[in-house]
Amino acid sequence: MPLLDARDVHGGYGGMNILNGVNMAIEADEIGVIVGPNGAGKSTMLKAIFGLLHVNQGEILLRGEPIHNLPPNRLVQKGMGFVPQEKNVFPSLTVKENLEMGAFLKPDNVKRMLKQVYDFFPPLHDKRHQPAGELSGGQRQMVAMGRALMAEPSLLLLDEPTAGLSPLYMNEIFEQVKLVNSAGVGILMVEQNAKQALAIADRGFVLAAGQNRFTDTGAALLADPEVAKSFLGG
Amino acid sequence: MNELVFFINNVVIAGSVTGSIYAIGAVGVTLIFSIMRFAHFAHGDMMTFGAFMVLLLTTAFPGAGDAFGVPSALVLLPLAMALTALLAVGIDKAFYKPLRAHGVKPIVLVIGSLGVTLMLQGLIRLFAGTSGQSLYVDDRKEIFRLALPFEGVRAPVVVTEPQLYLFVITLVAVIGLHLFLSRSRLGKAMRAMSDNPDLAQASGINTNTIVAVTWVIAGGLAAIAGTLLSLDVTFKPDLSFFLLLPIFAATIVGGVGHPYGAVAGGFVVGFAETLAVFNWSVLLRPFRDSLPEWLTQSGNLAFVGTEYKIVVPFFILVAILVWRPTGIFKGKVI
Amino acid sequence: MDTKRADTVAAPRRFPLREVVLFAAVLTAVLGVYLVMGAAYSTRMLVEASCYAILALGLTIQWGYAGQFNAGVMGFVALGGFCAMFFSMPINEAFWGSELPGELGQVLLYAIVAILVVFGATRLDRIGVPKLLRTLIAIILGVVLYLMVVNAFRGVTDQIEARAGFIGGLGLPVGVGWIVGGALAGGVGYFIGKVCLGLRSDYLAIATLGIAEIIKAFLKNADWLTRGTATVSPLPWPVPGPAEIGFTLARALYLSVTAAMIAVIFFLLSRAYHAPWGRMIRAIRDNEISAAAMGKDINKRRLEIFVLGCVLMGLGGAALASFNSMFDPQGYLPLNHTFLVLVMVILGGPGNNLGTLFGAVAVYIIWIMSAPLALFLMDMAMSLGQGLGWETPTNMDSRALQARVFVIGLLITLVLRYAPKGLLPEKVKHHG
Repeated sequence: MPLLDARDVHGGYGGMNILNGVNMAIEADEIGVIVGPNGAGKSTMLKAIFGLLHVNQGEILLRGEPIHNLPPNRLVQKGMGFVPQEKNVFPSLTVKENLEMGAFLKPDNVKRMLKQVYDFFPPLHDKRHQPAGELSGGQRQMVAMGRALMAEPSLLLLDEPTAGLSPLYMNEIFEQVKLVNSAGVGILMVEQNAKQALAIADRGFVLAAGQNRFTDTGAALLADPEVAKSFLGG
Repeated sequence: MNELVFFINNVVIAGSVTGSIYAIGAVGVTLIFSIMRFAHFAHGDMMTFGAFMVLLLTTAFPGAGDAFGVPSALVLLPLAMALTALLAVGIDKAFYKPLRAHGVKPIVLVIGSLGVTLMLQGLIRLFAGTSGQSLYVDDRKEIFRLALPFEGVRAPVVVTEPQLYLFVITLVAVIGLHLFLSRSRLGKAMRAMSDNPDLAQASGINTNTIVAVTWVIAGGLAAIAGTLLSLDVTFKPDLSFFLLLPIFAATIVGGVGHPYGAVAGGFVVGFAETLAVFNWSVLLRPFRDSLPEWLTQSGNLAFVGTEYKIVVPFFILVAILVWRPTGIFKGKVI
Repeated sequence: MDTKRADTVAAPRRFPLREVVLFAAVLTAVLGVYLVMGAAYSTRMLVEASCYAILALGLTIQWGYAGQFNAGVMGFVALGGFCAMFFSMPINEAFWGSELPGELGQVLLYAIVAILVVFGATRLDRIGVPKLLRTLIAIILGVVLYLMVVNAFRGVTDQIEARAGFIGGLGLPVGVGWIVGGALAGGVGYFIGKVCLGLRSDYLAIATLGIAEIIKAFLKNADWLTRGTATVSPLPWPVPGPAEIGFTLARALYLSVTAAMIAVIFFLLSRAYHAPWGRMIRAIRDNEISAAAMGKDINKRRLEIFVLGCVLMGLGGAALASFNSMFDPQGYLPLNHTFLVLVMVILGGPGNNLGTLFGAVAVYIIWIMSAPLALFLMDMAMSLGQGLGWETPTNMDSRALQARVFVIGLLITLVLRYAPKGLLPEKVKHHG
């Protein structure tokens, strides 16, 4: 049974559909990457999965259980974590407090998970008493991912984790995504840096106009000349 | 030296008293602002409601404080706080929550809170009348006169019993709030929600719980502020709009959404008020001989008469909005 | 850019059933009042309602057109009332015949000089004085000069109060006072708007609430100017008074004046509403960011509309004070002069002039008629209360007033929740 299985998802804001039938499935230990041109509905799909957007048609299953249109806090309980693209930290809270908020629903986990997150992201341990608003962009992204990991999710949704970061940090973030995945967390991320993202992807989904254009393994999509021509800039 | 004592009595003590009351009121307003993003105009009447509950309870159980040796009003204060907190949560459920659910602009909530303030005002005055009443139903107000150990000082420093309680309770309330916000899980969640409500929700924080907790705290603090004000002078049911302006001024001075700033802002506004109505000619009296005549001739050197006291918070408000709308401690919401 | 509203988009021109029914209801109510209470009383009610309609139009352009919430209508109303009094009252010889006007003028001159000196001090850095020192000098100068001027001022005003009562009026035609009242209210509105309109909308509400209380405090305590709590009366009317032609006719004449004012205001407002200026205002209200992106000077437009609303409030307040023939600063209450107007606007239909007019008349009739009703309800509540062992309340009138406070508050919250667009909602036209 796939970890996440989205079938024929339609949805959008105020009656206007942005998603017109998206299919997506990833297994428990996989990294899924969504790429595509601007306005294709990549981030919208992520929001639909996390209950921030109404699904008008189709279904989304988490380990076989329908979860579409559940409120976010229920999804967190069910093992899903979400890292938005922007405003993804609490700026006036310290790093440690940010992480604690991630485990709000599982307060017993705090100590153990804090240690694990500090292991994933060593720089955060040094800055744990600093307000997250004072950190650099890359470190903030770590706080954001760390916060989502605190609830021990089985599936982590990342919305453009490398947006606005320098290439140096970008590689670091991709490395950390792989590291988190190797610890047994399924990942579904939206990325602008399609080539790099597909290189670490088990599954790749190329969206256009709210529908799947290509769906395959990351490596196969990278190798496909048509994908390369239309979506990866040649 | 007698002039100095006069200054202590009329500025230092009076300013601290007013400052404490504004501070506690402003903390509530700033918390509500930071969680629900609107200026809560019913806060003044919530304070009055809290004091009125104390008055009712004290009238019902005038001997409640005997066992502890403190005024009955203080012993019954926690109960009044609980009632006011209940009222605040109830008001939110009945009036503000439906508006929020409609996704209205914050200013519509402001108007809603004005409606609520009128309802509270009407109800309180319906039952309490409009005249002042003492909260010391069965107790006697102790007055402490501390003579200063200096030669030639005849006038004592005067502190009343309720003022001492007021300082202690303010201190306890501020420390308690600090511990709550920085140590407890709910307090941190409150700060998180004030920082970034969407992310708080995405972290699994139940925003309805946080809203309710905010009202409980704001209501409880409002009851404290109202009671302390009424203990210091008398319970007056018609203060609300006159309390509202200094409290809002304190909130904005401290930076909206900034509880510690609100405390500081409360004292700034409180002291500004007392300094502005203080008659400075008293302090000039010792230097009478060396000063120009026009300055000493006049018996009244106050900046504003007490009847214009409300100008002071307004002036502070305008000044801060013009020069630093984020407040002295950079608030979150402009 | 405009939010689409299903009920109004491209609606074909239909028979205005709702409007006709509501206005017919108001008309019936007015006729009923005429039948029961007599012509003199009912005409008075209509004149007051028409004055309130002017206030309500002022608030509807601020709140309805532009989304600015003014919580201090009372202050602007009081300013208008003061001007009506000050310009129309006969000249007080006891004041003008003495040397007091000269002394008052002297103090005002001192004040101007003091302001110039302090202003000059704030510019000292231009000639090389360090900024910190400049600020210090300016503050100290400001404090000392302020105390000097205020002291001199207190001396003169005490003299005026002791020897002449108050400075009296200017003996000018009533209309002058009304116009200046509108202008003065607009001026205060400009100051408040300048400070608050660029910031969160809540701040405007706070500041207007504050300025209203300050204006009231000033008018109440400046005995030399307004006789304070002693009140000034009788104020002259712009039309022949009851003493000359009888109550009903005089009030009917007064009503024709206010009705004509409403007609003119109404006409001008509808023109403005449909003009590009009005569209711009609504665009700013509905979506400030995209309006700004289109290069519209948002704050200037906002200020225009806020000042305009305040001018109308001053005008209405002046007409109201003249009609009551008495200027009583203490009679200005937030309930009667701010929240009643608010209810008129949000119940009638913010942004819809016709709806606002309807709301003003309908709410005022209910308001006036509710006093006896409230007393009756209070009686019932009291007999109920006695059964429960409450003390018998002493002054029933004050209690009845409090019951009305409660009802107005309840009405505001209920309308916001169940009829947020009022009974006659604003019709948004879409141009493609």
